[in-house]
Amino acid sequence: MTAPILALKSINKSFGPIDVLHDITLEVRPGEVLCLLGDNGAGKSTLIKILSGVHQPTTGTIELDGQEVTFPAPRVAQEAGISTVHQFGGTFPLMSIGRSFFIGVEPTKGWGPFKVYDRARANAIAVKAVQEMGITRITDGDRLVGGLSGGERQSLAIARAVHFGARVLILDEPTAALGVKQATHVLRIVNEAKRRGLAVIFITHQVMHAMAVGDHFAVLIRGAVAADFRKGEKTREEITDLMAGGASMASLEAEIEGYMASHGGHPPPLTQA
Amino acid sequence: MTSTTANRPADTTPAQGPALSIGGLLRRPEAGAFLGLLAVLLFFAAFGGLTFLKPAGMSSWLNVAANLGIIAIPVGLLMIAGELDISVGAMVPFGAMTVAVISGHYGLSIWLGIAVTMTFGVTVGLINGYMVIRTAVPSLIVTLGSLFAVQGIVLGLTVLITKSTSVALTVQGPAKAIFGDFLFGGQLQVMVLWWLALTAAYVFFVHLSPKGNWIFAMGGDKVSARNAGIPTDRMTILLFVLSSTSAAFIGMCQAILYNSAQVAGGQSFIFNSIISVVVGGVLLTGGFGSVVGIFFGTITFAIVNQGIYYTDFDRNWSALIIGVLLLLAVLMNNTFRKMALSATTKKKGA
Repeated sequence: MTAPILALKSINKSFGPIDVLHDITLEVRPGEVLCLLGDNGAGKSTLIKILSGVHQPTTGTIELDGQEVTFPAPRVAQEAGISTVHQFGGTFPLMSIGRSFFIGVEPTKGWGPFKVYDRARANAIAVKAVQEMGITRITDGDRLVGGLSGGERQSLAIARAVHFGARVLILDEPTAALGVKQATHVLRIVNEAKRRGLAVIFITHQVMHAMAVGDHFAVLIRGAVAADFRKGEKTREEITDLMAGGASMASLEAEIEGYMASHGGHPPPLTQA
Repeated sequence: MTSTTANRPADTTPAQGPALSIGGLLRRPEAGAFLGLLAVLLFFAAFGGLTFLKPAGMSSWLNVAANLGIIAIPVGLLMIAGELDISVGAMVPFGAMTVAVISGHYGLSIWLGIAVTMTFGVTVGLINGYMVIRTAVPSLIVTLGSLFAVQGIVLGLTVLITKSTSVALTVQGPAKAIFGDFLFGGQLQVMVLWWLALTAAYVFFVHLSPKGNWIFAMGGDKVSARNAGIPTDRMTILLFVLSSTSAAFIGMCQAILYNSAQVAGGQSFIFNSIISVVVGGVLLTGGFGSVVGIFFGTITFAIVNQGIYYTDFDRNWSALIIGVLLLLAVLMNNTFRKMALSATTKKKGA
């Protein structure tokens, strides 16, 4: 097993009197997908924000390649190769694919004060990068991003991160707003990123999507890692159960079992669909 | 970054400019503005004859367009970046009064007056920009505040210093020629040259230089733009400085041209600049537009504003025409923007 790229050691985060994260210890290796699962409010977003330099941990350390690092600003995390793609792709609907792809790092031609944005080159590189990630339907870098489907926009954002040398890719609920087919698209791109040796942190609350690409799973409950296991060690039901907090699911099952025991083994009647 | 575009299959990307098709042209942000301009030209040609296209007629609307355009472009850039600046309405009399008080009332050097006016323009822009990025207050409200505050300063200080609301200013020599004279002894103001030069500079800055991209990104999604490493705060302040300095510049030039400055006036620039910008195809909520579109929008506005004098219509109707024009332009621009969004690459080439 390779050494982890990014490791969190006993991260705590509190906002004033409210503790959001307790003692989070996680690591992610190159070519591995770490799925971060958890219900709404479990602290997933805060954890990503710490990784991407938006927030600082209250205590605890982040290690990159075994070296302790701090990310005082998003830019610092980005320069360290940690790239975050948000739910809506962080793309600009009314900009062309080429311009959106190179935002902030525009390629130029010409010299001195007359350096101009090199549209043709930006478009060509952007289209090539997206196609190499498996989205072959994008062929024209002048198309506006808003004309792409949700999955294509996600893929564009991931392709962008990969192109600009991301080593750790953080995907924040990339499939949450997508249909089944679109989500499959994105999952395929996640696999492609993994194949290229990136470490991927995949945040989701859809267990199916996590199981499709994940190598390593961590379930967050109320700001703490409730379970940390590898692929194949738990079934889908067990994971769903964990995410729902275990107790509530168990009590629901106990309720059903209790009903069956007192009704001669019959399950509760289903409402007619 | 080195070129990696060498051996690409020919069918995937057009390496040259956008395909010259009618659809492609219509999808550009300035398409609506250009069609609006044509419609207005035809309208006034039909009802007023071609007098407004003769030199005397042209200079009347070119002068209006030049004064408005120099303010409208930076206002439009702010709108593309997702902000508004209505304090320009107070910056015009502020600029006029500053130069008139320093170089007219106190009789100091005109160059000192110009330098102080420009410094005040930059200062108000810095304050506007800083307040917008530091507070979460929408820029409409922030600049509404500075609009009234600056108006108050202009009126209060002018009356305090000069005991009057109007100050005379006489300028001669190169300053007059550069900032407030008529070209070739005719009716065309020197502002027209400033306007054309500034428009060219803005076209370069916004559409050709790499930084222009940032303005569109900020209007599209400010958080993503910041995450992508764009210095959004600095860009916002820069744009506010551009708009308020441009407005102060126009006020200063008008004072030099007309040899006097009034505390009132300038209010019309608020709505007129927004109309020019919106007719020019800029999306009110940001992220979309072009300098050339604003340029066309300004000319369209100026022609409607002045063209009415060359027709038999009562001039009172010009506001109606501008109102209808604005609504039509917005509807047309919406349609073209939708076309741009849904455009696919199926029908490439022409």
